[in-house]
This record gives sequence, C-alpha cells and structure tokens, in this order.
Amino acid sequence: MSTLLRRGAPLTSTGIVLVLLALSLVVGFVLTAVEGRNFLSTGNISALLTGISILGFIAIGQTLVILVGSLDLSVPYVVSLVSVLAAGTMAGQDGNVLPAVLLALAVAAAIGLVNGAIVAYLGVHGFIATLGTGLVISGYLATNYQGSHGSAPRSFRLVGATQVGPVPVSTLILLGCAVLVVLMLRRTRTGHHLYAVGGNREVARLSGIRTSVPVLVAHTLSSVLAALAGLLLLARLSVGSPTIGSQGDYDLMSIAAVVLGGTLLAGGKGNVVGTLAGVAIFSVLDNVMGVMGVSAFLQDVVRGLVIVVAVAVYARREIDRRPARFERPTGLDAALQEAK
Amino acid sequence: MTTTSPPESAESPETPGTPGPSAAPAGGVVLRASGLTKSFAGHAVLADVDLELRAGQVLGLVGENGAGKSTLMKILAGVHSPDAGTVEVGGEQVTFSHPVQAQQAGLSTVFQEFNLLPERSVAENVYLGREPRRRGLVDVERMHRDTEELLAGLGVTGLRAGQRVRTLSVAEQQLVEIAKAVSYDARVIQMDEPTAALAEHEVELLYSVIARLTARGVAIIYVSHRLKEVFDLCDMITVLKDGRQVTTRPAADLDDAELVRLMVGRSISSFFPDPLPGTEVGDVLLELRGAGNGYVDGVDLTLRAGEVVGIAGLQGSGRTELLEAVFGVRPLTRGTMRIGGRDGGRDVRPRSPRAAIRAGLAMVTEDRKATGLALNQTILDNALGVVRAVLPRRTGAARRELPGLLSSLEVSARAMDQEVQFLSGGNQQKVVLARWLATEPRVVLMDEPTRGIDVGAKHSIYELMRALAARGVAVLMVSSELPEVIGMSDRIVVMRDGRVAGELPAGSTEEQVLQVATGVTGATSATGVTGEAGA
Repeated sequence: MSTLLRRGAPLTSTGIVLVLLALSLVVGFVLTAVEGRNFLSTGNISALLTGISILGFIAIGQTLVILVGSLDLSVPYVVSLVSVLAAGTMAGQDGNVLPAVLLALAVAAAIGLVNGAIVAYLGVHGFIATLGTGLVISGYLATNYQGSHGSAPRSFRLVGATQVGPVPVSTLILLGCAVLVVLMLRRTRTGHHLYAVGGNREVARLSGIRTSVPVLVAHTLSSVLAALAGLLLLARLSVGSPTIGSQGDYDLMSIAAVVLGGTLLAGGKGNVVGTLAGVAIFSVLDNVMGVMGVSAFLQDVVRGLVIVVAVAVYARREIDRRPARFERPTGLDAALQEAK
Repeated sequence: MTTTSPPESAESPETPGTPGPSAAPAGGVVLRASGLTKSFAGHAVLADVDLELRAGQVLGLVGENGAGKSTLMKILAGVHSPDAGTVEVGGEQVTFSHPVQAQQAGLSTVFQEFNLLPERSVAENVYLGREPRRRGLVDVERMHRDTEELLAGLGVTGLRAGQRVRTLSVAEQQLVEIAKAVSYDARVIQMDEPTAALAEHEVELLYSVIARLTARGVAIIYVSHRLKEVFDLCDMITVLKDGRQVTTRPAADLDDAELVRLMVGRSISSFFPDPLPGTEVGDVLLELRGAGNGYVDGVDLTLRAGEVVGIAGLQGSGRTELLEAVFGVRPLTRGTMRIGGRDGGRDVRPRSPRAAIRAGLAMVTEDRKATGLALNQTILDNALGVVRAVLPRRTGAARRELPGLLSSLEVSARAMDQEVQFLSGGNQQKVVLARWLATEPRVVLMDEPTRGIDVGAKHSIYELMRALAARGVAVLMVSSELPEVIGMSDRIVVMRDGRVAGELPAGSTEEQVLQVATGVTGATSATGVTGEAGA
C-alpha cells in the first residue's frame, strides 16, 4: 500500500498572529521600560484588558459573520441604539436593569435576524445589507435622540468598574462569550456548517445543509455581541449616547481585527482565538504608543501598516496552484517513488 | 437497438493481480435504470437509456464529448431529474429532488470537480451535513475515528482525519471523496474521469481502492475516455453516442478497435470548409524544441504561415496547458521557442501574456465568459481591450478598422455600444476573435474555439480560420471535438500526459486519433515521443 507523505505543518495563520502578539508584548514591555514605566503593572494590565473588551465583543461577532461569508457594518449603530435604549429604560433605577438589558438584547437580536434574512433569503451581500440597516438605525437615532440620553444606576455601573485583581469583570464576560463561541464553532453542527457555507455555499448545499441557518445565526450573534459592547459602554459612561458606536469606528476596526487574526475575509477559514489576539495587538499598540506620546495620526499609520503587512503575509501563503505534472513533485509523488 | 439487460454471464475473465477487473462474483441487481430521457431547451441529450448494475460489478460508461455521459451521471446523482424513465436502487424505485437524496439512497458520485471544502479537515468533509453528535454536541473524536476507519477500509494508510484538505494532493482529495461516498453506505459509486488529474502511479492506487470496493459488493460506474482503464477495470461496457445507448456488452466481448468504432460510428460531414484557394504554407512562424514547464514536457512543434494545426488529446492531457505555456500564462522553463516572421525570427520564451502579445501571438481562451470578455462592457471596449492595453499606438487604427472587422465576422449586434452579455454565444465568440485580430497577430492560439455556440456561428468561425490561413497567419487550435480537429487541421498533434504523443496527417480518422490519445497504440508517424510520462 501507499505511504502518503504528510508535509510538515507550517505555522498556521493563528500561529502567526499569536507570535505577532507575543512580539508586540515584548516590544511593548521594552518601549514602556525605556519610558521609565512598568508595562506589567496592575494598572497597565487592567488598562490593556479594558481596551480589549469593547472591540473584543464586536470582533467576535464580526468573526462569525465573516466566517459565514458575510460582513456586518451595522455594529456601530447597534452599539449606539442599545446604549440609548437601555439607558432610557433604566432611567437610573436599579429595578429597571434587567428589563433594560433584556430589551436591548431582544432588539439587537431582531436587527441581526433582519440582517441575516436579507443576506440569506434576498441574496444581498452582507456589505450592502448591513450598510442599509446601519443607515436606517443611524437615521432613527439622529431623529429621536439629541445628545446623551437616560442614565445607568450605580448597580449597573459596577459592571464596568469592578475588577478581580487586575482583571476587569468585563474582560471575564468577554472571555466567557469567547469560550461559548469557540465551543459553538468546534462542537455544534451549526458551527461546522458556518464554516461550510462560508467556504463554499454550493458544496454545503449539495451536502444537504440548509445554508440559510448559519447565516441567520451568525448575524444574530453579531448583533447580540454588539449589544453587549453597547451595554458595557453604557456601564462605563453611565449615560446613553446616540453616537458612541460610530465614534469608535467599530465596523471597520472589528473587520481589521478579524482579518489581522487570520480569518479569511472571503469566509470559511479562521477562528475566534486569532481575532482576540488581533484585538489584543491593537490594544497593546494603542497602549504603548499612548505611553510614548505618539500622535494620534501616527498611531493610525502604525495600525494601518500592521494590518496590511499581516494580511499580505497570509496572502502569500495561500496562493493556490494547479498541481504541476512535471517539476516540483508533491509529497505523494515523492513517497510513492520511494516506496517503489 | 439498445441492449436492455446484460447477459447473465456478465463476468469477464479475470486478469491476474492488480490492477484487474473486480474479483468478487457479481451479486444481485443493485441499480436498474430504464428509459432515461432528458432534453435541455428542446434538444434531446439523453434518449431512452437503460442501465443495470449488479453488486460488485464495474460498468464502464464511454462515449465522445456530448454523448450524454455527464447528463446520465447527473440524473443518477440527483442533480437533474429525468424527463422520462425510472431508477431503481435495490429493487425500490427512487426519485431524487436533491443530490443528498441520491446519496442517502446509496448512489454516490465522485465528480471531476471535487465537492470539498479546502479549509476543513478530511473528517469534516467526509461527514459534512451529517456530523455525528453526542449529547447535542458534535462528537469530533468519533468523527475522526470513523473517518480513519473508512480510509483504512479503502487501504489508505497515510491520510489523517484531521488534515486540512487544502494540503492534500489531487489523488488524496479524490480518496476523501471516495471515503465520503462509502460513508453514505453507497451501493453504487459513479466516478467521472477519475484519473484525468492523476499521475500514472496514482492510478494504481485508485485501481486498488476500486478492487476493495467491489470486493465488498459496491458497484462502480466508471466514466473514462481512457480505453485502457476501461478494459482494465470494467466487467460491462455501455457505449453512448449522441444521447443514445449504442450497446451494453461484457468487456470481454469487445476490443479497442471495436469500442472506438462504436463510440465514433459516424462520418465527418462536409461541414468544414476547404482551405481557400491561394493559401500557401510558408515560413515557420512558431517553433518549439524540447519545450516544457510544470505542466507540459519535451514538446517539439513547428507551425508555418498558412497552416491550421489541431491539438487533440484527452481531458487533462495538457492541451490547454501547452497553449498557456506558449502564451506566457504559465511560462516555459525549458527548451527553446522561436517566433518567426518578416524580421527573420527570434528566440523568445514569453514570460507573460503581455510579452507574448508583443511578439505577435494571440490566444482565444477556452472559457470566453471567464477569461475572454468583460461581459458587462460594450462590444467596442471588448474588441479594443487588448490593443489599448498592450499596443496603444495601434488603438487609433484598430478603432477605424473595427467596423469592417466586425462585419467581416458577421457579428449581429444592434450597435457597437451594446454590452456583450446580451449577445448570443456565437456573437460573443466573434467579439473575442475581433479582440485578438485587432492586434494583427502572426500566430493565433485557439482553445475550444467553437464550444457552446450554434452551428451557423461554428461555420463562420471555421471560415474565419481558413481566411486567416490564407492571409499567412498560423492557427494552432485545441479542440475536444474530434470531427472539428480532423475537419479543420492540416496536421494533428496528439497529446497525452503532458507530452506530444504523436503527430497525424490531415485526413486521419477519429479511431487513429483516439488510439494515440489513449495510448492504445503508439504514434503512427514520426515526430512523437510515445513513451509514458514519468514523474
């Protein structure tokens, strides 16, 4: 029988991004030390982690949407909408926290379902579908809310302020969500089918998969995770703001974090761990450049370069070729030659 | 005319050792199709075809391009529904409205284009859509275990369930497809040209997998152009021609020559125009000596002004790849290439299509919608596309000559600003030709120049080829349509496994071409290397 040779496994995209994260931590440590500060101080660690959580929630959702072959540009508006809706419902009363959170999540889920339905049933690409729903929401916000709105009671604000050692509670919630999403992707049929639909819709269909289900799930979860980000922002700022989402550029920054994390923009390949590492890299960059007093414009230049270089590295590794008949024998060829 | 049921003595004499026909005795009937008929747009592509398969049997399905093999396979795979006729699996009549239903009924198909997700693991691909679960969650361990068992059952040892499909060779990917078919408890597996993309030594592996399957009672429908494989593997052979079943017979009752005669069985009509008077074969315009790259090897080829030379060969024999090598799409890495002409000729090995165009080459690609035209642009923009990009100084002249060129091609369009997507296939193809002729090429490479266009348009493209030859242009044409190759070519170059297997003169028969293309016999004339392709 044949002995099929396996090729030595090269570093995966997730591997690369984790190496990149480790590298940025080391560089961050050194540069911060040069400035005479301690990168690993409790205060700085909690600042780093705080920087991760908001974008982290949104980027996890964005990962799902990108994996299934879509995009979600409506997240910043969902964030803003949730922030004003929840703040308005809470109106500073402890007793209103639960209904406010439930309302926020329900509204977000409904928006996500609509996004998913437009993509899955009307065949509109997610880019356009969510651009449209995002505009609708932003128009609604601009019409009905001027300036900050409502207020969060103290009990709710604690979510944004409490820490366990150097770790903010919000980070723990983020990690909890990440674990659940990883579990879904690896251990549920929906998760597997999400990759399948994003990888090749037709192959998925021919395998008997109902291709609309993963699309609906991904978009719904994306909106719900954006809602969690909105609630967290509300807990930190204590008032709702109709522009808080768009100020954060969460749509494009989350896409950048996902792609930096090694997920294919075309879908079908990637994971949440890479995305979180991507978000963490951004957080470290911001943190270090903040400490060093780098101007905001230069910060954007650095971020931009990191994104482009990382994705260029992935792209080089993914170039697809038709197998050659002559020259460069494949591993299989070599093994069969040896076996003879 | 059609032989409905094969004689009971379906067993063919066994050839000792592997590869060879299945060792298992044929069991009960597992698949019976009767009266399958299918038309597309009023054109009958399959008419009243019957099949019967017994457990452990290998049925060869052969026929020329367009004979209806693919349609028959797609009906059995649940991709198309037949207009008439019935399919029975294991004695029960079945109808499929979705490919998955065919698989669930025990009828699996391994298409030439694999239905695999490259970024997912072997196991995830095999069990896609049917992931085993335990307490609601996907049981990854079991999925891996089952996949490795399936692979072991096929005698495959080196593939791991967790490997990403992208990292596998074509042969290994095919094994994944076969494992997937087996995982559905397939009683019948259809294989469409399974060796087209395999190297010689990988074919042996496939043979042994097929032997194991038939030993377990799985029946195989084996579709191939390669007659040697058909005789190696098959117990029964069904020949299709023009959508009809010519015969179904035990392989032992047939030989190569008889099979080829049954497949071809028609004469070439006077459909192909003769060379125009005054056409003269002149200087050498293209010369390859020992040319090769990763896809073709050791190619010697001479093309003279005024010649139309056809390249024949099976799917995957390297025909398109040869044109692509000459045109710099996949540049040559070995040997010499010389482009002749008024300036006395020079050695070039174009490293890009741009360089090839500058050297006087043009290439009409196989897939006009994907690589020939910008469908949502106008006739004018498409026709001038190449000139504008590569020979900008010719643009003005080309623009002035365009109306004349288009009318000489008999393009029927309302106006030159019409988008090409609204033209018929034939008119689109003429725009492709105009696009290349606007560059005033000396050598025109044509890959399947008449694919998917109607008879009238075909005829005018043939006339255009003759007109080009009369003007001293050299035409090198790849075609899967043997009548076309034979009817149009002054010489026929036959390829096999990435090499030139032989060269045949004008007026050769389809049998002769097929024999060289399939390697049944060696080349009948001088130039060819008849040796088998090595790794």
